[in-house]
This record gives sequence, C-alpha cells and structure tokens, in this order.
Amino acid sequence: MTEASSGVRERPLSPHLQVWRWHVTMLGSILHRACLIGLYVGALILAGWALALASGEDVYAAYVGLLGSALGKLVLLGLTFALFFTVASNLRHLMWDTGRGFAPKTADMITIAGIAFALVATAVVWVIAGQTGALS
Amino acid sequence: MVQLALPKNSRVGKGRHYPAPKGAKRVKTFRIYRYDPEGSDNPRWDTYDVDVGACGPMLLDVLIHIKNTVDPTLTFRRSCREGVCGSCAMNVGGRNTLACTCGWEDVPGGAIQVSPLPSQPVVKDLVPDLTLFYAQYASIEPWLHTETPQPQTEWKQSIEDRAKLDGLYECILCACCSTSCPSYWWNGEKYLGPATLLHAYRWLIDSRDEATGERLDALEDPFKLYRCHTIMNCAQVCPKGLNPAKAIAEVKKLMVERVV
Repeated sequence: MTEASSGVRERPLSPHLQVWRWHVTMLGSILHRACLIGLYVGALILAGWALALASGEDVYAAYVGLLGSALGKLVLLGLTFALFFTVASNLRHLMWDTGRGFAPKTADMITIAGIAFALVATAVVWVIAGQTGALS
Repeated sequence: MVQLALPKNSRVGKGRHYPAPKGAKRVKTFRIYRYDPEGSDNPRWDTYDVDVGACGPMLLDVLIHIKNTVDPTLTFRRSCREGVCGSCAMNVGGRNTLACTCGWEDVPGGAIQVSPLPSQPVVKDLVPDLTLFYAQYASIEPWLHTETPQPQTEWKQSIEDRAKLDGLYECILCACCSTSCPSYWWNGEKYLGPATLLHAYRWLIDSRDEATGERLDALEDPFKLYRCHTIMNCAQVCPKGLNPAKAIAEVKKLMVERVV
C-alpha cells in the first residue's frame, strides 16, 4: 500500500479500536465469537469428564472435585452463559440470514434481548442447580 | 489478521495545546489527530480549545475555524459542505461521519476527538489514503453490463424495478461504512467491505443488468463477501442512512437462491 520508493516514509495506520465508540451490535458480535471459543474449551472439559469417568473412581472424584472448586464453578458458570448466548445469537443470525431485522434499532433490540436471555437463563439454571443441591 | 494494537510508527503521542483566545465565552475542546509526513515524529493528538461562539454549528465549521484562525497547518478534505460529496468523512467522537453534516453539539462526551477514517494509511492529519477502497469499488465493475443490442432509445425499467435501487443508489462512497467495520480493518485487502458490497448488490438487482451470474461468480470467495459478520457498524454510521449490512445479506441470499 505505502510507497517507500519515493523517499516518503511509511504511512501510519489511523487508530481504529483505540478510538471507536462501541455499539451493542459490535459487542454482540465479539461476544458471539468469544462464546464459541469458550464452548470449544467446554467440549474439551466434557470430553475430560467422560475420560475421567472411564478411568475409575479416584480419577473421577478428583475431576469432579476440580469442577466443583470455586474456579471450576466460575468456568462452568461462564460456559452456561456461553451456551445460552450462542443459542440466542444463532437465532439472531438465522433471522438475519433471511434478510430481516437489519434496521439499526431492531438489530440493537434483538442483540440486547439475546444477552438478557442468556443472563436470565444462566441464573435460572444455577438457581435450580443450587436448590437441587448440585452445587454443594 | 486481527491486530488490536497499532504498529509502532502509528502510535499516537501527546501533542500541542492551543488555548482559547482571551474573552472567548463558549469554549469547547477538540482533540485532533495530527500527522506530518515531512517530519520524523509519530502522529500526535493536538488539543484545541475553540471559541465555538465564533464559528458555525457543524464540525466542519470548527475545523475551518481552526485552520483560518488558530493553526493553518491543519489538513483535511472538504468540498460541498452539505453531505453530497463525501470528502470530509472522518471519525468524530468514536464514530465515522461527515464533518459537514455532524453538529458538534450532538457528539456525546466532553472533549470531542477527531481522527481520520479508521485503519487506513494516513497521508496527512485527517486525510487517509483510500486507494484500496476505490480499487475495490472498481473491481465490481460498477456499470451496466448488457448483451442484448443497445436499444434505439433508453434502457427501459419499470417503476417497481427502479424502486429496488432506492436505499442503494444514494451512496456517495464516503467510506464511512467500510472503515467502520472491524472485519474490514483486519481483512481489508481480501474482504471487499460494506460500501463495495452495497454497490455490488445495486448492480445485481438492476433489472437492466444482464451479468448477474458473472457478478455472483466474482463474489463467490471465502473473503470477498463472507467476511461480513453482521457487526452492523456500517448501518450505524452511514451518514446517508443506508444499510450495507442488509444489502450484503441480500447478496448472500442471491448466492443461496441460485443453487437451490
């Protein structure tokens, strides 16, 4: 792109993320990507759980203990959110793939709704988990 | 490739401060991106305390006021001053817009930050090099392609077919949308970007155009079209109120429709 041959020094790149004022649809997009990466990790954790189950009682107990630790719970909480947000976000994309919901206000609304759904659904799952004694 | 930070030569340093003239009653602070290609310094943020009582309501008025009365070296493009030419597109308060149609009072926040269109090579101050942007626009061959012999009079189009071009033909190629798109920031050399794709759609759905298949073939590529992730910044910033994201979705639909 830049022409250094004429003795002119290489042109700087103008600031982008450094100056950009974020919008909820931009947040929704990056959150979607982050949640997908999270779910990859989640799939590995699930595979690890199956491996532990097959490796005998002691290994399984240790693995479940790890998941049940404070840090483990935090990761699982994040995964719950990631799962629900991915569902909501994919519904949003399904709608967009039909060419609908592109008016900026509508796009904002369905993105906010997706984030809200994921937060509420996560809370509900963890409250149920807590009440059935799964967290203790 | 995703590049969150700026390259070393592009990091913006602290610049000069120009205080408001004595006796100024209404003062507003503007932080403006400055880059001098003839010097050896990195770009910098210069701060201008502007007597806004002495200039017009638009951001372009402020820039012209600064250039005329405070700092004649400030460089920016402008021409029509009424949102038709697209020359004064820049980033104002974190969003791309036309300086001439942007009232500075409508920009949220205290000091207003003004920088060139994002993630472009900077020629000087607020002037970006848009060579790539124009080349991408040219690459979609934005003119009527026909095979049938030229009619004696004009190429006819029904009112309904003409109406399909509304919301597309108004684009002034200011590049606000393309340079608002993170996907374009990071894949700008492969992804065509919102403005070019909006124009691609404009020719795809023109009832008089006879190269729809070839046009779609040219877009069938992992990057050119499909790097749109519906981040929607384009539709948020378009100073003409157009919706490139929707146009891109329509192109994707045409891609599907022709194979099912």
